[in-house]
Amino acid sequence: MQFVQLVIAGIAQGCIYGLIALGFVLIYKATETVSFAQGDLMMLGAFGGLACMTFLGFPFWLSVLATIAAMAALGLAAERVVIRPILGQPAFSIVMLTIGIGYIVRGAVTMIPGIGTETHLLPVPYKDQIWNAGGLVLNVEQMVVIASTALLCTGLFVLFRYSKLGIAMQASSQNQLAAYYMGIPVQRLNGLVWALAAGVAAIAGILLAPITFVHANMGLIGLKAFPAAVVGGFSSLPGAIVGGLIIGIVESLSGFYLPDGFKDVAAYIVVLIMLMLKPNGLFGEKVRKKV
Amino acid sequence: MRYLFRTDYAQDIRLAKHGGHLFWYGALLLVLALAPWLLPEYWLAQLTFVLIYGVVGLGLMVLAGFTGLFSLGHAAFLGVGAYTQAVLTNAGLPFPIALACAAGLSAAAGVVVGLPALRVKGIYLGMATLSFGFIIEEVFARWERVTGGNAGLSVRSPEMFGWAVDTATEFYALCLVITVACTLLILNLLRAPTGRAFVAIRDSEISAQSMGIHLAYYKTLSFAISAALAGVGGALYAHNLRFLSPDQFNLLQSIDLLLMVVIGGLGSIHGVFLGAIFLITMPQLISASKGWLPMVIADAPGLKSVIYGLALVLFVLFEPMGMYGRWLKLRTYLQLFPFYRKGLFKRQKSFQKSDRLK
Repeated sequence: MQFVQLVIAGIAQGCIYGLIALGFVLIYKATETVSFAQGDLMMLGAFGGLACMTFLGFPFWLSVLATIAAMAALGLAAERVVIRPILGQPAFSIVMLTIGIGYIVRGAVTMIPGIGTETHLLPVPYKDQIWNAGGLVLNVEQMVVIASTALLCTGLFVLFRYSKLGIAMQASSQNQLAAYYMGIPVQRLNGLVWALAAGVAAIAGILLAPITFVHANMGLIGLKAFPAAVVGGFSSLPGAIVGGLIIGIVESLSGFYLPDGFKDVAAYIVVLIMLMLKPNGLFGEKVRKKV
Repeated sequence: MRYLFRTDYAQDIRLAKHGGHLFWYGALLLVLALAPWLLPEYWLAQLTFVLIYGVVGLGLMVLAGFTGLFSLGHAAFLGVGAYTQAVLTNAGLPFPIALACAAGLSAAAGVVVGLPALRVKGIYLGMATLSFGFIIEEVFARWERVTGGNAGLSVRSPEMFGWAVDTATEFYALCLVITVACTLLILNLLRAPTGRAFVAIRDSEISAQSMGIHLAYYKTLSFAISAALAGVGGALYAHNLRFLSPDQFNLLQSIDLLLMVVIGGLGSIHGVFLGAIFLITMPQLISASKGWLPMVIADAPGLKSVIYGLALVLFVLFEPMGMYGRWLKLRTYLQLFPFYRKGLFKRQKSFQKSDRLK
């Protein structure tokens, strides 16, 4: 029973990792850049939700929508202002750029007087409720995380599979030049992908907020999402979620069964093993350059 | 404008290209050697820090700037060097032997990390080094018998051949000698076949391979050299701070190191030292400017990270060659005055290159 309990806690945590990793993968597939700011965008999303609920007094559902919309707009703007001008530069510069954006976001949040440096509680309607199901004690917050992730994944799947927009995104992520020749507005799509990634980050932030509280450094959890993305393969959307779940479960189990200290590094040990065994991840495509 | 009239092939690889180089670098060395008498004690300590970060940055520059592999866990190598030096010095070993061990152990760690580097590229390599960094940081915190864990470890002052280096001036001299030696070493390395091979790998792995460069060997070598220099820097860092704790070697330190080489200018030795100066003087400038800023901004704990982030974003957007690139432009402007054209250093517009197929 305890094992199942731990696995469920791990899955809930893994869903958060997976959602952040989903952002990495979306952006990576579209623009071949790895966004180190994803965790900080998530933090900003959580703060956005907090601002909507406590200061503007919006009801829960409205604040979620408002936050997602605001973050998507921010993602769109970020792509337009800083990412687009340097596309084509070495990947390394772009990584440094996103690290810089993350720094700015984190620092700017601490500058909000009286709010940025404090730890807050997000007053969600499902706070502190517990279900008892046949000996299992289920935390509703965790269940909401799992359910929303499942829902979101289905939505994204439908988007990418059946909508014109999603298919265009797939095409441009496979071959930008060919997509461009087919009349797909690649640049505008890249902006939309950033918006989508920021929106997903906002959802992750709001889902995580009741579990870990809202504070300026909550974005550091994004560093655990990298292993998730790598384990799943950086270029695979389902891989991100699966990778997140693997990392979450491993972390949860190693926190209980292994000595102190392993919980924090379990994700990184998994990713190192993964890189040695299967450098492209579970679902990543293996491509070699041909001359 | 200076025109070099080449009469000899050896001229192309000479360290000092012309008399101007000799004069200016000689002057710089003289000023640095006289610094203990010229600068107040506080600024001498800052200068010592610049030299130490310079050594570490040289290592990272070889890896990131010249071989094109980037490491998000360089603080781990710094830490390995620092802890090795601390433990060995506390055990009573003389400075040179401890330093050699610190460099050697760091290099060994570098080889271990370099091994996955042979299989993975780009972001995956970043992940591997990032993970390594986290694991090493945890080892520092947990291996309490050797490292003292989170309680920290104090370090004795260096000692060699009956000479105890315990004043700030003596330590500065030691750092200066080591920094100059490391810089010359790297400059020599870069004009030798090894360095050329590194640069070839950076520019295109496939063409390097087809020119007969053994990728695995040179990539591992690059990691080893880079880690060894970080280890040397770490050893000096340990003596300078006299107290080590695991959180000095966390991810933020790694990112600071990367920031240093990027802001300084990737792919130039000058950039290392310019970046180190930036990294050391920036906190001073920030605290000096606090009186001018509104309370809300000045008191925010994130002020430093906002400024670092802004500097990083602005440099990547507008000056990808870093501070050294800016200096090159300024110098060219002065040399060509009044004939400098705006588009002289115009960045070539390139199409998006795919990393996936590299």
